[in-house]
Amino acid sequence: MNAKSKWLSVLDVVSIAGFVAAASMVFFYAPMERVMGLVQKVFYFHVATAWIGMLSFFVAMVAGIIYLATHRTRPDAMKWDIVAVAGVEIGLVFTLICIVTGSIWARPIWNSWWTWDPRLTTVTIMELAYAAYLMLRAGIEEPERRARFGAVYSIIAFISVPLTFFSIRIWRTIHPVVIGGSDPSASGAFDMTPRMLQTFFTSLVAFSFLYGSLLWHRIRMGQLAAKVEQLKLRLSE
Amino acid sequence: MKALSNFWRAMLAIVWKDLATEWRSRELISAMLVFALLVIFIFNFALELTPQTRNDVTSGVLWVTLTFAGTLGLNRSMAVEKDRGCLDGLLLAPVDRTAIYFGKTLANFIFMLLVAAIILPFYSVLYNTNLFVGGLLLVIVLGAWGYVSIGTLLASMAVQARTRDILLPILLFPVTVPLVVAAVKASSGYLKLLDQVEITPWLSLLIVFDLIFTAIAFLVFDSVVEE
Repeated sequence: MNAKSKWLSVLDVVSIAGFVAAASMVFFYAPMERVMGLVQKVFYFHVATAWIGMLSFFVAMVAGIIYLATHRTRPDAMKWDIVAVAGVEIGLVFTLICIVTGSIWARPIWNSWWTWDPRLTTVTIMELAYAAYLMLRAGIEEPERRARFGAVYSIIAFISVPLTFFSIRIWRTIHPVVIGGSDPSASGAFDMTPRMLQTFFTSLVAFSFLYGSLLWHRIRMGQLAAKVEQLKLRLSE
Repeated sequence: MKALSNFWRAMLAIVWKDLATEWRSRELISAMLVFALLVIFIFNFALELTPQTRNDVTSGVLWVTLTFAGTLGLNRSMAVEKDRGCLDGLLLAPVDRTAIYFGKTLANFIFMLLVAAIILPFYSVLYNTNLFVGGLLLVIVLGAWGYVSIGTLLASMAVQARTRDILLPILLFPVTVPLVVAAVKASSGYLKLLDQVEITPWLSLLIVFDLIFTAIAFLVFDSVVEE
C-alpha cells in the first residue's frame, strides 16, 4: 500500500518538465515589457503562486468540511484531515513565495518593498490566519480533537481567501489587475501580448502540476506518519 | 413552536447564569474595565494624543481598547466553564447545543457593550470630545456582535488546547482584522461627520461579516464541543 505509486513518479517528471518549460519561456520566449523591463518577469510566477496558494486553502477547506460531515459515521475520515494539513502547509509556502516575489517587483516599480495596500494587507492576514491554524494544531495532542478543531478553523480561515481575491476589485488599490479590467489608479499595470499570455498560462499549468505532485507527496507523508504512530503504539503495548 | 420556545428558554437561562455569576463576583467586568482604561492611558503617552492628532486616531484607540478587553472577557468566559467541568454539565443538559452557543455569545456581547458603555463617557471626559454619536453606537453594536460571535466559538476551541492562554488572540485576530478595520473606518467616518455615502460601504461590510461569522459559528459549534 505504501509503495510509491507509478503515477506519482509520472506526475513528478511532468511537473519538473513543466517547470523547466515555464521558466525557459519566462526568460527566453516572453518579450521584455517596455516600461518595467526585466523585473516584470516576476509576474508569471507571482500570479501562479498566488493561484496555487488560494487553491490549496480551498482544498484544505473542502477536506475540512468532508471531515466534519463524515467523522462520526466513518472510521477512515482521518484521511481527510491529512489532506487538510497538506493543503494548508503547501498553501502557506506558496503564499509566502507570492508575497516575496511581489516585494521584489514592488521595490523598483512602487519604490518600496511594502505598502499598506488592501491587497497586500489582506494577503498577509490570510497568511497569518493559516499560520494560526498550524499553531492551533500544535497545541492539541489528541488526534481526533486536533482533526476536528483543525477542520473548523480551516473553514473559518477561508473567509480571508475570497477577501484577498476580491480586494483589488472592491477597493481602490495600487495593486495592478492584469486579468480582467484595469484600474487607472493602479500603478504598474500593463496589457499582455499574445506571447506573454502563452507564457502566463504555461506557468499556471506548470504550477498546477507541481501542486498536484506536492500535495500527493505530502498526503503520502501524512499517511506514513500515521502508520508510524500506530506502530509505535503497538510497540509500547 | 415548542422547540423554539425551549431554545429561547435554554439560551436565556445561560445568559442569566452568566450575568448572575458575574454580578456576584464582578471579576470579569472589573478586569476588563481596568484593562481597557490602562490601554487608553498607554495610548495617550504612546501616541501623544494632542487635540490635532486626536481626531484621526480616536476610533482606532477605541477599537483596539474594546477588542483587547473583549479578548480578555472571551478567554475568561470559556475558561470558567472548562475549569470545574461546568462545560460538561452544560453539554449534558437536554437542550440544543446551539442554544448554549448563543447563550454564551449573548452574555459576552452584553459584557462587551457594558465595557463600551463605561469607556465611552470616560474617553469623552478625558479628551473633551463627544463620542455619543448615534452612528458610532450602531457601529459598536455591530462590531461587538461580530467580534463575540466568532470569538466565543474560537474561545471554546482555545480552552480545550494545551496552549490555551496564548492561543485565543492568535486564532481570533487574523480572522477579525477585516471586521475591526471596517468598524474603525465606519466609526471614524461618523466621528469626522463624513457623508453617509462614504460610511455605508463599511457599514455593509460589518453587517456581512456579522452574518458570515454567526452563520459559520452556528453551523460548526456542535463539532467543537462534542466529546
